[in-house]
Amino acid sequence: MVNDNSLKDLVIRVCVGTGGLAAGSQEVIDEFNKALAARKVRAAVRKKCVGKTGCRGFCAKDVLVDVVRNGKTFTYQLVSPDKVNRIVEEHIISGNPVDEWLVGPDYHAFHDRQTKILLKQCGQIDPEDITAYIAIGGYEGAKKALSLDPFEVIDVVRTSGLRGRGGAGFLTGLKWEFCHKSREKTKYIICNADEGDPGAFMDRSIIEGNPHSVIEGMIIGGYAVGANYGYIYIRAEYPLAIQRLRTAIREAEKKGFLGKNVFKSGFDFDIRIKEGAGAFICGEETALIASIEGERGLPRPKPPFPVVRGLWGKPTVINNVETLSNLPSILTKGASWFSSIGTAKSKGTKVFALTGKIKNTGLIEVPMGISLKEIIYDIGGGMEKTNRRLKAVQTGGPSGGCIPASHIDMPVDYESLISIGSMMGSGGMVVMDDTTCMVDMARFFLTFTGNESCGKCIPCRVGTKRMLEILTRITEGRGKEGDIDLLMELGTDIKLSSLCGLGQSAPNPVLSTINFFRDEYEAHIKDGICPARVCKSLRRYTVSAELCRMCGKCFRACPSGAVIWEKKQKAVIDKEKCIKCGACYDACPFGSIL
Amino acid sequence: MIEKKCREILDKYHREKGNVISILQDMQESFGYIREDAVNWFSERLNIPASNFYGVATFYAQFYLRPRGENIITGCCGTACHVKGSAPIINRLREHLAIPEGEDTSRDGKFTIESVACVGACSIAPVFIVNKKVFGKMTVDRVPEMIKEIS
Repeated sequence: MVNDNSLKDLVIRVCVGTGGLAAGSQEVIDEFNKALAARKVRAAVRKKCVGKTGCRGFCAKDVLVDVVRNGKTFTYQLVSPDKVNRIVEEHIISGNPVDEWLVGPDYHAFHDRQTKILLKQCGQIDPEDITAYIAIGGYEGAKKALSLDPFEVIDVVRTSGLRGRGGAGFLTGLKWEFCHKSREKTKYIICNADEGDPGAFMDRSIIEGNPHSVIEGMIIGGYAVGANYGYIYIRAEYPLAIQRLRTAIREAEKKGFLGKNVFKSGFDFDIRIKEGAGAFICGEETALIASIEGERGLPRPKPPFPVVRGLWGKPTVINNVETLSNLPSILTKGASWFSSIGTAKSKGTKVFALTGKIKNTGLIEVPMGISLKEIIYDIGGGMEKTNRRLKAVQTGGPSGGCIPASHIDMPVDYESLISIGSMMGSGGMVVMDDTTCMVDMARFFLTFTGNESCGKCIPCRVGTKRMLEILTRITEGRGKEGDIDLLMELGTDIKLSSLCGLGQSAPNPVLSTINFFRDEYEAHIKDGICPARVCKSLRRYTVSAELCRMCGKCFRACPSGAVIWEKKQKAVIDKEKCIKCGACYDACPFGSIL
Repeated sequence: MIEKKCREILDKYHREKGNVISILQDMQESFGYIREDAVNWFSERLNIPASNFYGVATFYAQFYLRPRGENIITGCCGTACHVKGSAPIINRLREHLAIPEGEDTSRDGKFTIESVACVGACSIAPVFIVNKKVFGKMTVDRVPEMIKEIS
C-alpha cells in the first residue's frame, strides 16, 4: 500500500490546449484519475496548458504530460490513454521514470533557444486565478505606473523602444503621447485582439495563458493617456480566451485593480469586452472602431487619426495584445532592460506562430534580430520531411510576403522584413518546402483579401478581384504573355490608392512572389508546368528513368492503377489512367517522379 | 414564443450605445440564425431600420440568414492548413455527404460544411472541427472515420 504522505507533492499537468484536446488530452486526464484512484493515490491532476496551442508551444508532440515529484519535473511526450497505466505504475508508484517516453533533445532544443518574457508564465500559472499572477509579481507594474506622473510613464515606454506588435510597428510611447496631449475629457484605450491573420495564434495564446498581463497593460496605458474606459475587441471565434478574460476582469474588479479608485490612486478604470463578428478588416483601427460602435466594419479615412478622433469621436489609443502584455515587465524592470534585448531599432522579443512544413510546429518567442536560419533549424528542428528542401518562409500573413531560402541568414526585425518586401505583421510564420507552389500561394492570399475587402474603396474591391482572376487563369494553365507585368502594375496601383491598410498591403504576397519566384510564374504561363505540382490542371507525371531505383513505392501508392511496375523494373505511368492525384510523387523517396 | 427571448435580449442591451452586433449575436445564439420576424421586432422597438440590422448581418461572417444543418463541420482554410492540404479534404467531405455544388448544407439538413479563415491551431494543421470537437492533422483517408463519429 502506498503511503499517501510520500506523494503529497505529486502534481500531474496535462496539456489541454486545442492541440492537446485534439490529440486526446481529456481522455489522458480521465485515465490518470482512474489509474490513481484505483491505487488509492491522491494527486492533483491539473490541466496544464489551458487554452489552445499556447501551452509550451510544442504541440507537435502532444499530449505532453508533466509529472512533478519532490520538485523534479519529468515531461512525457505523445502520451495516449494506454500509456498512462505504465507511467503510473513505474514512475509514480515505483519511482522509475519511463525513459523511452520522456521528451527527447527536440523538446529541449525547441525551448532552450528561445527568450521567454511574454510566454514565460503561459502554461505555468493558472490563468483563472489572480493570486497565481500576483504571486509572481503581477500588477506590480501597474502599481508602479500609478505612482508616477502619466508623462513619466510615457517616457519610460518611449525610451524602452517598444513598437506596436500588431503589424505596422509604430512606437507605442509616441502614440500614447499624441493621445495624452488631447484636452478632451473622455478618452478610450482599446486592446486589439481581433487576430484575423490566417496562420497566427499568438494573441489568443497569451490571453488564454496569462489574461491578467493584458489587463495590467491596459491599466498602465489607460493611466498614461488619461483614458478611464477600456475595450477589448476580441474575435468571437476565440470562446475560451473570452471566457478567461471575463473571469480575469471580474477577479481584478474584486481586488480593486479595476473600477473606481484603482490601487487607491484616485484613477478610475473600467474594461469591457466587445466580441467581434468575423471580419478580417476589423483588425484595422478605424474599422475596429466602427465595429465597436455597432456598425459595419468599414474603415474611415485618416487623418483624423484615432488618437485625435476615435471611438464615439473621442481620442482613442489602440494597442495590440502582445504590445500591452509587454508593458508590466517594462515598468517593473525598466526601459533599459527592455531596450537591451533586440536590435538597434527593434527592441524586445517577438512571438511567432511557427507552422507549415517544419518539424517542430508551435508558438515561439525569440529576441528581435534573430536569424531565420536559427528559427527554422535550431528551434524548428528543420524541415518536416527530410527529402524536401526549404523554399520560402511567409511572414505577415495576407499583408506580408515571402522570404526565399537564399535570404535565410537575414535578421528578423521590422526594417529587414520590410526591405525584402514582407513585413512583421502580427507574427505568423509559415514554412514552405518545394512542394508549395508560389503562384497558388499568392492566389490563396488574394482570395482571402478579396473576400475580406470591405468594398468601400474601388482599388481594393475591384483591384483585388482583377488580380485574383489573372492568378486563377495562370494556375489553370490559361495564363497569357504579359500577365506578370499586368499583375505588377495593378499591384503597385492598388497599394498606392487604397484607403486602408488592407488594400495597401493586399498585393504584397503577389509582388513578393513575383520578385523572388518569377521563374515559377513563367513556367506556368510559357511552359504550362507547375514546378511544385500543385496546380491540378498543369500536372503531368512521368518517371525519370535515370533517377528511378525500382523500389515500387509509387506503384503501391497509386490509387488508380496507373503506375506500371514489376520487381527490378523501372516504373512507368499510364497517362490515360492517371488521375493526377500526386500520390506517387509524395511516395517517391528519390525524387524521380517529375 | 420568440417574443420572450427577444425581450430578454432587449433588456440586456437596450441601454447600450452601438448594440446592433451584440443583439444579432444573441439572436443567433437563441434561434440558430438571423430570423426576419425577430429583426423586425427589434427594429420597431429600437427605432433602427431593419436594413441596418441586415447591413450589419451580411457584413460579418458570423451571421447566418438561413437555418443550418444539425451537424456543423468546419474546415480551416488558413495559410498553414492550406499549405498542408485542407482543400482536398473539403472536396472529399462534400462528395461523401453528397452536398451539391454551390450549397453548404446537405439535402436532409443533417450536415453543413463551412470553411473559416483560421481557427488558430496551425500547429496541428490541417484542422477540422466537427460540432466543436477538434480533429487535427486531418487526412483525406480519415474522412469516413470523422463522419462516423457524428452519425
